[in-house]
Amino acid sequence: MRTYGFYILLMLTLFGCVKSNDDFLNRAPSNILLDEQVWKDEVLVLSVIANLYDRYPDYQTIENWSEFAAFDEAFASESGQYGRHKNQQYSYGAWGFWDYGYIRELNLFIEKCGKANQLKPETRERFLAEARYLRANVYFELVKRMGGVPLVLEPLTYDYKGDPGALQRPRQKESEIYDFVIKEMDAVMPALPDDANIKSRATKGLVLATKARAALYAASIAKYGATTPQVSLPGGEVGIPASMADGYYKAALAAAQQLINSGRYALYNKKPDNLSENFAALFYDKGGNSEVIFVKDFKLQSGKVEEWTLVNQPRSLAEEQQGGRLNPSLNLVQSFEKLDNTFAPYATNAAGGDYIYYDKPEDMFAGRDARLAGTVILPGTEFKSRKVDIWAGYILKDGSIVTANNFGGQAVVGGNRIQVVGFDGPIDNLEFSAQTGFYVRKYQDPAVGSGRIGTKSEVWWVRYRYAEVLLNAAEAAFELGDKNTAAGYLNQVRARAGLTTPLAAGEVTFDRIVHERKVELAFEGHQLWDMKRWRLAHVVWDGLAADLTTHPESARSASTRVFGLLPYRIYSPGTPQDGKWVFKKVIPSNVTSAHQFRLGNYYSFIGDDIRNNNPLVIKNPNQ
Amino acid sequence: MRNSLFIIIILLAASCKKDNYAAPGTSFKGRITYQGEAVNVSHGEVFFELWESGWGKRTPINVAVAQDGSFSSLLFDGTYQLVLPKGQGPYLTLPDAASHTDTTLLQLKGDRNMDIEVLPYYMIRNAKVSANGRQVAVTCKLEKIITDARAKNVERIMLYVNRTQFVDGINNIATQSMNGGDIQDPGNIALQVNVPAVNPVQASVFVRVGVKIEGVEDMIFSPVIEQKL
Repeated sequence: MRTYGFYILLMLTLFGCVKSNDDFLNRAPSNILLDEQVWKDEVLVLSVIANLYDRYPDYQTIENWSEFAAFDEAFASESGQYGRHKNQQYSYGAWGFWDYGYIRELNLFIEKCGKANQLKPETRERFLAEARYLRANVYFELVKRMGGVPLVLEPLTYDYKGDPGALQRPRQKESEIYDFVIKEMDAVMPALPDDANIKSRATKGLVLATKARAALYAASIAKYGATTPQVSLPGGEVGIPASMADGYYKAALAAAQQLINSGRYALYNKKPDNLSENFAALFYDKGGNSEVIFVKDFKLQSGKVEEWTLVNQPRSLAEEQQGGRLNPSLNLVQSFEKLDNTFAPYATNAAGGDYIYYDKPEDMFAGRDARLAGTVILPGTEFKSRKVDIWAGYILKDGSIVTANNFGGQAVVGGNRIQVVGFDGPIDNLEFSAQTGFYVRKYQDPAVGSGRIGTKSEVWWVRYRYAEVLLNAAEAAFELGDKNTAAGYLNQVRARAGLTTPLAAGEVTFDRIVHERKVELAFEGHQLWDMKRWRLAHVVWDGLAADLTTHPESARSASTRVFGLLPYRIYSPGTPQDGKWVFKKVIPSNVTSAHQFRLGNYYSFIGDDIRNNNPLVIKNPNQ
Repeated sequence: MRNSLFIIIILLAASCKKDNYAAPGTSFKGRITYQGEAVNVSHGEVFFELWESGWGKRTPINVAVAQDGSFSSLLFDGTYQLVLPKGQGPYLTLPDAASHTDTTLLQLKGDRNMDIEVLPYYMIRNAKVSANGRQVAVTCKLEKIITDARAKNVERIMLYVNRTQFVDGINNIATQSMNGGDIQDPGNIALQVNVPAVNPVQASVFVRVGVKIEGVEDMIFSPVIEQKL
């Protein structure tokens, strides 16, 4: 009887559930927005495209500091990252990227936005153009890293009939992807605002800058790819025929000149009295910045903040018990030329072998390109209006060195116990100390609290800026044989750096162009792509443990290990040298291997899983 | 209740058999050779691929070639396709006699020993090492194997010394290089290098000579020679 009662109760309950009650199974979800709700409201569509903007791919960025230590620009002063300097080879999969999920969502956005007739037409066109810009940009990123890729321009849907063949596309030619990017830029331009004050959304200026960059990359791959015939595939998925170089260079120059001649942007020059400070401010000044074209923006107290300053602030002035991670290398620091347009490694020793004595540590770096102090925190200079404390120890009269192994450590010198090493180090193998003698300055936020874990920073990440457009124009003009135009653009960028003696047309060489990009665009995520497209990566990172080059002006100088330059004080009372400064070139003990960029690294490995799922995708060469 | 627990235990124990395969036990060994002589390469730099069809996914088994040109792999019996990928190794591959492609059909039924014949750009012959104090000197002969239109020049010759038997561009304590253009007589190449002190002290070091060929990434080496100091 009890069981019967139970069953009756159970049936009643079940019937109660399936009783004709439309509301129960047919409720509007309260945790997601449906398509028909989104596509009639401009504000909601904006938040959808904001998400797509947020997924814009970057390789080296201020949110990913350690990648800047992957090559020769910097040393990674953090225990967990020393391995970067102990590995010789880069894996074939390094810098790989294959995000067709993102592309699908962009395609879905484009498809739905095209049908959204409840939006104002001009708003809809702008959203559409932005999504198409972002899609073209992903393909640009893919082609930079992987070579030609399958070009999917509509959302693909599987029919569950067991044959995915209809979804499988072969890789396009490398040139075809570049052509697509260039063509898309022309197509989306009319619908985008021509407003230089918009920095974090697509504008006409951004489209022109992207077009110039993409065309320049394609052109240099066509031209310099001829020097590495092994880095190509017979179907053109990798490698661009040399005959196409001129056309791409012309397209790059035309796009760059269209942006330059529009007059919308200008080089940042708010602080002409201090060009180094001016160059540093270019990256953190977010108020009416005339140079910046496109950024990833951040905002305090919004949850969207970045911690570049937190992880890289000088240890002695740090607002937390950390900082000092990225140490620019002497390789980079010696590349900044002297104000008379000549190059010279730093002079540490006189011809006889004795040290060269400097009154102040910053004297070593005097008379150099203003961008040096704008990019790097040098010994003896200031950050947040306080002096950094970078010095490695005392050198006594007999040549012996007195130092300590903790920040600001003390020892007995001349009978007194005094500080014998800076509060920023350099102390070899001590993380957060300036193990190369330098800290990074670019993108560091001078605002109070930027180095605190609880506050962090809202300095933006600049993806496109006007100086790069000028350099792109200069490179394209140079390659087309128009050295006068090239010199004109180069000199604009150089004048802002305090190099007031203009380069004559005859002085513009390929090495000059390579060098100018290296010093202007350091720590901005250009290095790898530049070295790849010039096919210089396997030359400069050749795997041989050579000494630091004495020819920083030469594009082909090998630079496989990061070096440092440590300042020491002289302790020698009663002699004229007492209290003066000398420098020693060192190689941090954690730098044990010479980087080797293999031919198979030019285009990243496409995973076995990808090629299994789509057998039409062929492997990249030399892997 | 206790019964059902017992049944569950039995089921768990019984189901183990289903996904327990025997480990691969067929050995496939051999060397990369030129006219029967092993081609020496860098440690962990050169590999070739074995493909076995019939599985859901196609993923190659990469077989690494050891320093002395030898390789060995434990596999299941079956039919494999052996592919020497383009751009791997300091040699050109010879097309397979049967298929006239880069793919060799490989039948495995029980252990198999097979040398793979290739066409290296150069071979280093007669490497001889001598030591004077801590200075190690090497003489060798460089023989150009490919002399037709596919020939390539020597970029540099390297002498490597290491404290262990792994000696190449990554594993070394002393190196000396000679640019290809500086070679006077390829039949008589001499290089020497001072070996730094090693701690703990050891009585001998390992030495070999490598040649870097222009436009070819992987180097070709002489056999490793142990030299008493």
